[in-house]
Amino acid sequence: MRALASGIAGLIFGLGLLISGMANPAKVQNFLDLVGTVDPSLIFVMLAAVVVTFLGYRLVLRRERPVLAERFSLPTAKEIDAKVIAGPALFGIGWGLSGFCPGPAITSLALLAKGTLVFVSTMLIGILARAALHAVGKPATEGASES
Amino acid sequence: MTPTEFTPLASTIGGVRIGVASVMLMLFSGRIAGISGILGRLFPPFAGEDPRGAAAFVIGLIAAPLLYAAATGSTFAQTVSDNARLMAVAGLLVGFGAAYGSGCTSGHGVCGMSRLSLRSVVATAIFMGTGFVTVFVMRHVIGG
Repeated sequence: MRALASGIAGLIFGLGLLISGMANPAKVQNFLDLVGTVDPSLIFVMLAAVVVTFLGYRLVLRRERPVLAERFSLPTAKEIDAKVIAGPALFGIGWGLSGFCPGPAITSLALLAKGTLVFVSTMLIGILARAALHAVGKPATEGASES
Repeated sequence: MTPTEFTPLASTIGGVRIGVASVMLMLFSGRIAGISGILGRLFPPFAGEDPRGAAAFVIGLIAAPLLYAAATGSTFAQTVSDNARLMAVAGLLVGFGAAYGSGCTSGHGVCGMSRLSLRSVVATAIFMGTGFVTVFVMRHVIGG
C-alpha cells in the first residue's frame, strides 16, 4: 500500500519536473544565467511548489501520524554548520555545470541521453562516497536527513 | 547556449504537481520528498528501514517521461550536454554535495523551505549562489 502511494507520488513529482521544464538542463542553466539567455520560468516552479507544500504540510502535520506509517520522519538538525554550507556550495557548482539536480536527472533516465547516464552514475557514486565517509567518520548518529 | 522559452504557466502547473507529490508523500509515508535522500535509502545499510517505499518513488520518477509521451504523443524535449567528462564531474559534485549538505533542490529548496527551516533557507541560498557563479564563469568568462 505504502509502496503504491510512494510510486504514485513519484510519478506525479516526475510529471511536475517535466511539465515545469525543470527536467530540461538548458532551461535550468538559462535560469542560472543572469546576464545571458535568461529564462526566469523556474522561479514559478519553485514558488508554486513551495506554496502548495507549505499549505499542504500545515494540514497534514496536524495529524497524529501518517496514513500508512507509524510516525512522521522529519529532519531534526537545526544548526548551521560547515556541512550545510560546503555541501550546497559543491552541489550548486555541479548543478550549474550540468543543469541537472537529482530529481530531474533520475526522471530523464528513460530518455537515454548519454550525458544523463554518465551524470546519474557518478551522482550515485557521490552519494555512496558520502555514506562511506560517514560510516568511517562516526558510527550511527543523527536521524532523518532533509534531502 | 540554447535559448529556452519563458513558460510561466506550464512552470506553475508543474510546480503545483511537485508540491502535491511532496504533500502526498508526507501524508501517506510521513516522509520529506528529498530526492537525494530517497536515492540514498536505496542502498545498504538501510538503517533498519524498508527501502521499498523509496524504490517505488524512484520507479515513479523513471516512469514519468513514458506517461508524458503517452499522454502528449511526443517525447519530452530536453538539451543535455554530451560532454562526458563535464557530466561525470558534475554528477559527483551534485551527489556528494547533496548527501554532505543533507539535501538538494527538492529536500532543502521545496520541502525544507516549506517547513521554514533556517538551515534549508541557507542551503538553498548557497546552492543558488554557486549555481549562478558557475554558469556565469562557464558562459561568460571561459566562454561557452
